[in-house]
Amino acid sequence: MRSGKVIKSKIYFGGTWVIAAITLAVLIIIIGFVLVKGLPHISWEFLSQEPSNMGREGGIFSVIIGTLLCTLLAVLIATPIGVAGAVHFNEYAKEGRLVAVIRFFTEILAGIPSIIFGLFGFAFFVVALGMGWSILACGLTLAIMILPTIVRSTEEALKTVPMSYREGSLALGSTKWHTIVAVVLPCCRSGILTGVILGLGRAIGETAAVMLTVGGALNMPTSLMDSTRTMALHLYTLANEGISDEKTYATAALLIILVLLINTAADLISRKAMKDS
Amino acid sequence: MNTMKKKAFEIRDMDLYYGNFQALKQLNIDIYEKDVTALIGPSGCGKSTFLRSLNRMNDLVKGCRIEGDIRFDGEDIYAKDYDIITLRKNVGMVFQQPNPFPKSIYENIVYGPKIHGVRDKKTLNEIVERTLKEVGLWEEVHDRLHRSALGLSGGQQQRLCIARCLAVEPEVILMDEPTSALDPVATSKIEALIQELKTKYTIVIVTHNMQQAARISDRTAFFLVGEILEVDDTQKIFTNPANKKTEEYISGRFG
Amino acid sequence: MKFSEKLVEKIIFACAAVSAASVALITIFIFGRGLPILAKVGPVAFITGGNWSPGNEVYGILPLIAGSISVTLGALIIGVPLGISCAVFLAEVLGKRQAKFFQSAIELLAGIPSVVYGFFGLIILVPALRKLTHAIHADSGATGFSILAGAIILAIMILPTIVSMSTNAINAVPLKYREASLAMGADKRETITKVILPAAKSGIFSSAVLGMGRAIGETMAVMMVTGNVASLPTGIMSPVATMTGTIAMEMSYATPTHQQALFAIGIVLFIIIMILNGSAQLIMKKLGGGTESA
Repeated sequence: MRSGKVIKSKIYFGGTWVIAAITLAVLIIIIGFVLVKGLPHISWEFLSQEPSNMGREGGIFSVIIGTLLCTLLAVLIATPIGVAGAVHFNEYAKEGRLVAVIRFFTEILAGIPSIIFGLFGFAFFVVALGMGWSILACGLTLAIMILPTIVRSTEEALKTVPMSYREGSLALGSTKWHTIVAVVLPCCRSGILTGVILGLGRAIGETAAVMLTVGGALNMPTSLMDSTRTMALHLYTLANEGISDEKTYATAALLIILVLLINTAADLISRKAMKDS
Repeated sequence: MNTMKKKAFEIRDMDLYYGNFQALKQLNIDIYEKDVTALIGPSGCGKSTFLRSLNRMNDLVKGCRIEGDIRFDGEDIYAKDYDIITLRKNVGMVFQQPNPFPKSIYENIVYGPKIHGVRDKKTLNEIVERTLKEVGLWEEVHDRLHRSALGLSGGQQQRLCIARCLAVEPEVILMDEPTSALDPVATSKIEALIQELKTKYTIVIVTHNMQQAARISDRTAFFLVGEILEVDDTQKIFTNPANKKTEEYISGRFG
Repeated sequence: MKFSEKLVEKIIFACAAVSAASVALITIFIFGRGLPILAKVGPVAFITGGNWSPGNEVYGILPLIAGSISVTLGALIIGVPLGISCAVFLAEVLGKRQAKFFQSAIELLAGIPSVVYGFFGLIILVPALRKLTHAIHADSGATGFSILAGAIILAIMILPTIVSMSTNAINAVPLKYREASLAMGADKRETITKVILPAAKSGIFSSAVLGMGRAIGETMAVMMVTGNVASLPTGIMSPVATMTGTIAMEMSYATPTHQQALFAIGIVLFIIIMILNGSAQLIMKKLGGGTESA
């Protein structure tokens, strides 16, 4: 009986080992496959030329610009609102019904799937506000989508700031707002930055919400009211319509490199933040 | 009279290290069968650490290293091929905080027997009834065996933990300050229980409470900063200690 | 001075309210655009109608619901056991440093955009499944676009959620349970399967519910590999259309009534997700407190 148990135990832990190895293998296969197939096709021409013939030829320069405009716009809008919202929750809000309701809705926002954001962005920004398919409509939609990420990581950072810092500043006669701006928020820099970068990563990878709000034009945008195409959307269009294998792999590889870089940066910064606090 | 008794544990020249820190130094002590052996001493003196090395619970602690000779029933329990599972089956443990599993009372008690291969429903039922009666809990809980053990009071939980320990029929029960989290009434119940249990089991108990050691134990070991300063019959330790430090501690001058 | 502080406080409050206002706006606009057709077709007929044929103005989303549910359940059946197993490996087998490395690797999985998963599925998984079915049944007409393809891709996508939440739940099981079990002579495997996993069940369960919410809301990866055929599935190799995929595919060319119907699908999806996420939170709160004694 004793040895039976030892064998069972070996099988059990061996099983978890095998499954964990498979999981890692899947990760390596997905990333490796895209990189191996795509990297050879990434060249300076690919990055710097505008696409032609529906993306069959040329590069993806205008797509890169479109991606940058949409995602940076989203981050620029969401960051101040998200940070201020977190400051409200952590520094100003007294426990009450209104705060509970707002908190509840913020949680809900985080769980809404991206296609719903897309539907909303289409109905509200594109149609009701008359923005049409545009960088502006897309940026605003993405901003709402990444808002909870920024609120959450800012709030977590705020919680790690010792009460004594606030007391020290208040005791010197500074106002609450000044204390927050001059003492509390500077301690949260890395936490806030982590949230912003994570939000940026999510915005760059997002496709469904983008698809319904930005249109998908391949031309170089000239204003925020122009339609454009992000890299994720470009990848979808190329893959789905079977336009060009080579360009599809290259776009996928570029997208994955970008997202991995962004997530690694967020990881490094949050680790540094942990050490600092 | 103790020399007549059989030895359950024989410890010779035991050293214990946490990394580079030596927590126990050159311990030598015998623990006799069907005795209650009390381990006393100020906080941080190593008595719990020592207790936990008797059923190798210190294996859970990273960087913990033990040297010397610890024999249970004549066998070196730190030998390479020694079966740790059998050791823990034979040497049960009751912890400082009552720690029933978040399961029913019944499930808590049959947990051990099931692990050790008892499948028969009737036998399991008998074990539950016998052990709960042994710890005096049967009357209180026999009509709610299938309710959560977390609904019991602290004292009841601790007695359940003792019953759970008895269910695997150990030879030795290690108790790590089993009453420190309990109120006086629950404490006296546990103490009375220990007096009954010692007719069948060998008990080693760590306690902070000097009166408790005097009341319930046959032999007492006095620990100070990782060493055993004195070990003898409880009567002698409390009336005529050989070591000056022991006397000071017992009479409450430090600790 | 006093006034400016007050003003700042108001502005900050307004920012905090943006999230709530967004949820309200989202609800209003999705419902506002979808409700008319729900009223016209009738909510019951809309949900239980077996025929989705926008060209003929017939809107019954039962095939789409069946598609979403079958793909999601498949993902759970594959993903949950794998996730729990990985969590056990992470929390109980690996050392701290290795566990951290493994966890970062899993988090990379979470960061990969869903369109990349879809692309991978389209290029690798779908052809592989097609070859596999043809090897088994030479005359099978299966294309590889199927419930199974969607389930496998989704399982990989929800794995990070399940692994990280389950690992946290396992690590949160008090040491005293582990000690009590080991002290009774249970070995490590018995301690894990009989004490630790049961004690962590609320965390594990809510990770599965959250994973389910994520799976049912996922769009791009699913629509690239499931084939988007709006009919009731007959087996795991059947192609299906999901609610999310249908919205994304058809929005660009939909007529006004058709658009309304797509928004109505959005309503159904929205409600399902709310229920799932709400119950995950409830489970965490209710059961989460129950493992500790008072």
